[in-house]
Amino acid sequence: MKSTNDPKQLLVSAIETGTVIDHIPASTLFKVIKILGLDRIRNQITFGTNLDSRTDGKKAIIKIAGKFFEDDDINRIALVAPNAKLNIIKDYQVIEKRVVSVPDTITAIAKCMNPKCITNFEKVTTRFRVVSKKPVALKCHYCEKITDQERLEII
Amino acid sequence: MKTRSLVSIDDLNTAEIMKILKLAAEFEKNPVQDILHGKVVATLFFEPSTRTRLSFESAVNKLGGKVIGFTDASSSSVSKGETLNDTIRTVNNYADMIVMRHPIEGSARYASEIATVPVINAGDGANQHPTQTLLDLYSILKTQGSLDHLNICMVGDLKYGRTVHSLLMAMSRWSTSFNFVAPEELKMPDEYKLYLDNLGLEYHETADLASVIDNADIIYMTRVQRERFSDPMEYEKVKNAYVLYDHMLSGTKPGMKILHPLPRVNEINPDVDANDKAYYFEQALNGVYTRQAIICTLLGLK
Repeated sequence: MKSTNDPKQLLVSAIETGTVIDHIPASTLFKVIKILGLDRIRNQITFGTNLDSRTDGKKAIIKIAGKFFEDDDINRIALVAPNAKLNIIKDYQVIEKRVVSVPDTITAIAKCMNPKCITNFEKVTTRFRVVSKKPVALKCHYCEKITDQERLEII
Repeated sequence: MKTRSLVSIDDLNTAEIMKILKLAAEFEKNPVQDILHGKVVATLFFEPSTRTRLSFESAVNKLGGKVIGFTDASSSSVSKGETLNDTIRTVNNYADMIVMRHPIEGSARYASEIATVPVINAGDGANQHPTQTLLDLYSILKTQGSLDHLNICMVGDLKYGRTVHSLLMAMSRWSTSFNFVAPEELKMPDEYKLYLDNLGLEYHETADLASVIDNADIIYMTRVQRERFSDPMEYEKVKNAYVLYDHMLSGTKPGMKILHPLPRVNEINPDVDANDKAYYFEQALNGVYTRQAIICTLLGLK
């Protein structure tokens, strides 16, 4: 995709309609892709990673043409990209900016840190209640143990 | 009830707890009834437990029901590699209720989501054992006349003890004050103290049992296990500091009772058994009435 603008402009304005997700930590880009199921959809997607950011060190950005997200869907990435910002694009214009927030429940994303939890023994979809949003602390629906930010692993 | 299963004490609200305790008192007066005639209760014990299993089986038998099941995983198809999912789906076809003990934490919640019959958690690893908590509450209510404004002195292994954690959470619904008596290595975890702080409930920690037992309405004893100590010398130093002897009870309140989830090893000297304040064997008997009440409540028969 070519643009007459400078390369910095190209990153955020090159789609006509769709969503740009900015300020993703470079280290979690592929987790974001997986959580949102972007590896399974047919929309045009471009992403960049290890980009310099004034605020986040190295960041990543994803542009998805023709795709808009419900809050419930997009909030699923809050665990791995808490500072992500969404730009909703129509006619090359940013018509709305959104931020993500950690939802009250987390399903099928995180791994329970308790090695004795049933979710680590059988094929059970993990479920957590969010007991703290910052820093993140998740209470397992099954073993009732707390998984905190430090021990958080994404499936 | 939110569900017809009992996995965690938090599945019950206070009114439901009180209803079960009231029903337990009715079963105590009249323990042999034909309420479970034609019903089959499966007791799946993936790890051995004498007391809990026999207590459940006694409860079912006294109510005219039948019991099927196994007493350890090696005598079940689990030893052939069957998943818990498959075991529960299968047994679900044979029984009207499943009572399960399993070493994996969260297994009971999982089983309750698979089964279409009620599941009672009889212990899932270090997580929950709600029928023990209910029988403890029943014992406290019965001996003290109320669950309000009591002082509970918890002694021994307060770090790993599942029963003390559940009892603490349950008793925090009433205005309870606590004394925690434990060696440094086995102190009550911060998350429970924080929980009490948030509720504004009073508690004190000490390593000196004699200094607090005179205030207690209930002394809840637990076993201090050697294997919990990283340093065997530490165990040797403290092992006798948390033992209750009859002579220590002279200044305690007249209505005070001593509870213990059992089995005990040496933490209550046998000379206490003859004291009126010793209540642990009656507590075990209360387990039968409480479980009768739980089973009938979950099956909607009372």
